[in-house]
Amino acid sequence: MLVAAPSAMSITTLQQIANRLAAGECSSVEVTQDYINKINELNKSLGCYITIDAERSLTQARAADARRAAGKAGALTGVPLAHKDIFCAKGWLTTCGSKMLGNFVAPYDAHVVERCDTEGMVTLGKTNMDEFAMGSSNETSHFGPVRNPWDVTRVPGGSSGGSAAAVAAGLAPAATGTDTGGSIRQPAALTGICGLKPTYGLVSRYGMIAFASSLDQAGPMAHTAADLGLLLNVMAGHDPRDSTSLQRPAEDYNRDLEKPLKGLRIGLPREFFGDGMSADVRRATDAAIAEYQKLGAQPVEVSLPNMGLSVPVYYVLAPAEASSNLSRFDGVRYGHRAAEYGDLLDMYKRSRAGGFGAEVKRRILIGTYVLSHGYYDAYYIRAQKLRRLIAQDFAQAFKACDVIMGPTSPTTAFRLGEKSADPVQMYLSDIYTIAVNLAGLPGMSIPCGFGEGGLPVGLQIVGNYFDEARMLNVAHQYQLATDWHRRAPRGVTA
Amino acid sequence: MTLKLDDVRRAAHLARIAIDDTEAEATLAQLDRVFSLIGQMQAVDVSGIEPMAHAQDLMLRLRDDRVTEGNQRELFQSSAPETEAGLYLVPKVIE
Amino acid sequence: MKWEVVIGLETHAQLSTLSKIFSGAPTAFGAEPNTQACGVDIALPGVLPVLNRGAVERAVRFGLAVGAKINSPSIFARKNYFYPDLPKGYQISQYEKPIVECGGIAIQVGDAEKTVRLTRAHLEEDAGKSLHEDFHGRSGIDLNRAGTPLLEIVSEPDMRSAEEAVAYAKALHTLVRWIGVCDGNMQEGSFRCDANVSVRPAGSDKLGTRREIKNLNSFRFLQQAIEYEVQWQIGELEDGRAIEQATVLFDPDSGETRMMRSKEDAHDYRYFPDPDLLPLEVTVQQIEAVRAAMPPLPEARREQFRARFGLTPYDAGLLTASRELADYFAAAAEGADAKTGKLCANWISGALSARLNEDNLEIAASRIDASRLRGLVDRIADGTLSGKMAKDVFDAMWAGEGDADAIIAAKGLKQISDSGTLEKIVDDVLTANAQQVADYRAGKEKAFNSLVGQAMKATRGKANPQQVNEILKRKLAG
Ligand SMILES: [Mg+2]
Ligand SMILES: [Zn+2]
Repeated sequence: MLVAAPSAMSITTLQQIANRLAAGECSSVEVTQDYINKINELNKSLGCYITIDAERSLTQARAADARRAAGKAGALTGVPLAHKDIFCAKGWLTTCGSKMLGNFVAPYDAHVVERCDTEGMVTLGKTNMDEFAMGSSNETSHFGPVRNPWDVTRVPGGSSGGSAAAVAAGLAPAATGTDTGGSIRQPAALTGICGLKPTYGLVSRYGMIAFASSLDQAGPMAHTAADLGLLLNVMAGHDPRDSTSLQRPAEDYNRDLEKPLKGLRIGLPREFFGDGMSADVRRATDAAIAEYQKLGAQPVEVSLPNMGLSVPVYYVLAPAEASSNLSRFDGVRYGHRAAEYGDLLDMYKRSRAGGFGAEVKRRILIGTYVLSHGYYDAYYIRAQKLRRLIAQDFAQAFKACDVIMGPTSPTTAFRLGEKSADPVQMYLSDIYTIAVNLAGLPGMSIPCGFGEGGLPVGLQIVGNYFDEARMLNVAHQYQLATDWHRRAPRGVTA
Repeated sequence: MTLKLDDVRRAAHLARIAIDDTEAEATLAQLDRVFSLIGQMQAVDVSGIEPMAHAQDLMLRLRDDRVTEGNQRELFQSSAPETEAGLYLVPKVIE
Repeated sequence: MKWEVVIGLETHAQLSTLSKIFSGAPTAFGAEPNTQACGVDIALPGVLPVLNRGAVERAVRFGLAVGAKINSPSIFARKNYFYPDLPKGYQISQYEKPIVECGGIAIQVGDAEKTVRLTRAHLEEDAGKSLHEDFHGRSGIDLNRAGTPLLEIVSEPDMRSAEEAVAYAKALHTLVRWIGVCDGNMQEGSFRCDANVSVRPAGSDKLGTRREIKNLNSFRFLQQAIEYEVQWQIGELEDGRAIEQATVLFDPDSGETRMMRSKEDAHDYRYFPDPDLLPLEVTVQQIEAVRAAMPPLPEARREQFRARFGLTPYDAGLLTASRELADYFAAAAEGADAKTGKLCANWISGALSARLNEDNLEIAASRIDASRLRGLVDRIADGTLSGKMAKDVFDAMWAGEGDADAIIAAKGLKQISDSGTLEKIVDDVLTANAQQVADYRAGKEKAFNSLVGQAMKATRGKANPQQVNEILKRKLAG
């Protein structure tokens, strides 16, 4: 059994694996096999992966070793990672955590998967997630919940809960995730790892099964800020197949890691530090800010006056987009079709009623309602106007600071089942992360201590558009001075 | 605005999701909570604000008119529930 | 009571791009089912739309051709409904801000001319096809057509009869082919109309309740469907029943319209801006580039033909039924005077059109090219050929026997117009036909024709009939 207490055991980073591969100290096949062994040992109790395929992974590893032998290795060639099951990967079962896609083998690669494959990285498997990324606890997955490696009675957060728990438990050195309202940052915080949601449009959404198209963004999840940068270097890049993918010159997101933080202005929004967060999260967050001051940064008080409306706004816009995005799951061309049905209408209704779980159906109904005749202006258009106000709040704040900091999640990991009865309680676990998606800004979470019960606390760092390199610098300097990110749940590291 | 049971049923019909009376009742109770949260939006004056539909303030990029996709019917239909003669089959469509 | 008919048309013109509006799959007609439906077209999970520049350029071209306003930006929206031929469960279309607004189309019914105003024209994707053949009582879905670019052109309710509606549809059909944005193939569904029809008491300025007739894919059906619908609506009203808003289908076999759905089952389409597609911008430079490449339009060509050759509006209309035809005429009549130009026009809308029709050929595939037709017309104009001889030469040209001059030489068809020769021939005829001469002089007018016939016979038809007439008249009078 896994134990819920922090320890100072070591973690394995992407950079370490890359260094060892480059030095010839081990092969990709060996590294991959080590992870497969750990997955085989622990996945049953943690539920991190929906699909693993050792043979497929090892074939990729052998190809990576051959490529290295031919002198053609890139920075992460041969390094394994896990993909959230929201990304289509050709030949892999791609379920999006849903019964609806329970037997869907993707016939093509997502841009993110394609880029990782091109780099020569090894796919360890497809990680568990809240169904269609709708959830903050990973309990809505059709394939069962994911358990938090720090305390298996607790959730890992969601929706990228499988990716987060896999990295935290050492079942992958890094993983891809997606973040529509906090789905990278919140699970990263609850499992004591790092996660970065880039500026909207930096990573292609092609092949990433859509939840809310104007908010969805993929990003890396790993143990360190430097690893996030390494993986983001692979994931990000223009893709002509995504009309919202940005055309920007390639950059090295780790280029500024070593810059000192002297003079850095850290914006502390009043609204982040109200009564919303629990005492232990507050303690860890305050301590982190104090640490930054020691590193030469200056706190600046800023305000995001409309932040309080971000959850209501999000729960209009995201379900609206989702209700339409999920219409393609109709049992005609792929996916679940009811075993018994009468006419066409009945086939649609039963297939969708049976293929979707309760939370997904709830959000489809919310979205359908707010878009329907007579309600569109009152809900949808109003929410879009408030979205602009929220984005403007951030623009105003960034006039006075370089980055914004605050808690990622109002509490540490909660118990399985604790919030599943009340959707609104669950929705409120994203109160600090959602505004960032509405604005399209980059946001990240890094470990900054432990709360009651030895559960990890995450510090959220929000940057201005395209300021990922600075955010990684800010996180890395903190990680040079602290070791929260090096802690691993006891009994889980090798 | 309070939701009624008929609103739930109508949304479920529009979304093509079968819902029985018990489910509709339970859903109504949950949606009531969600819509009272959403109702907080009414507190702010939004007159004169331009709706924001996208995260970026950019214009659409276009592709050239070229054929780039070949026939992949066999691959695509390998996960289809029911096909025949290259067609997807569904219960009779009545116009 | 006297009733006034009010008709507005919504026309879907398939844009003539190589690839689909949001994917790189081909748009060619007639492929095996689902072989031209790529991941985007069948709406695989995770795929995304990317807009085809060719579709935008064509929409702009249309907008400029009808004198419309080009909106920039215009917005793509999702129209949500479930149907098996609609893979995403929504159609990407333009709703609140279409790319084209306003403008108009000039039509002619009889001698009356009017302009039908356009409300808008917007870009959207086509759906697939449901096949109802026997698949054990199930329907088969072919998504090859899904994602084909369409321009939906919406008129104001400006038409007052089925004839006007057909005239509008034909003018629009000519125009979209003229400017090359649509191949106009109605059998293949490249151009199809929905008609909104209502009636109201004559003199009223309030619109009656309309019914929409869906998917009319021939001008004949359009005419029949509207005529039936108008009679039906008048009948209902005169019997004291109100018209209910509805969508109806036209059944060509029975010639009747029947209800498809009433207002109560009208869809709630839940339109909202497509989050996958940013606003579409068309810059002034882009618009000017399209304008610069625009061919002269039918109206301008009609005006030009009328002014230069004195053609009637009707003839000018015939010759501008397509751009190819207008180009053919312009090439044939190049540098011609009014008389020759008119002759060209007559031969094109007469003999040539008849032959093309018979052999089911387009003007571009004519066996007689414009310069050869002109060669024929020139020989008529200069008196070398009589009308009858010209017809023979035309047939020989159609049969591929060379140009007019070569055929005239080969067949010895040259008309005899030399007055010395003709005088001699007429003298011989008069000598040989004393009885007819006597008959004529006794007042039998018919005898004159017989004498002309003899002269023509003597020359195997080559004598210039007019000259023969004159000489005969003179000699008989003398
Ligand atoms: Mg229409
Ligand atoms: Zn349409």
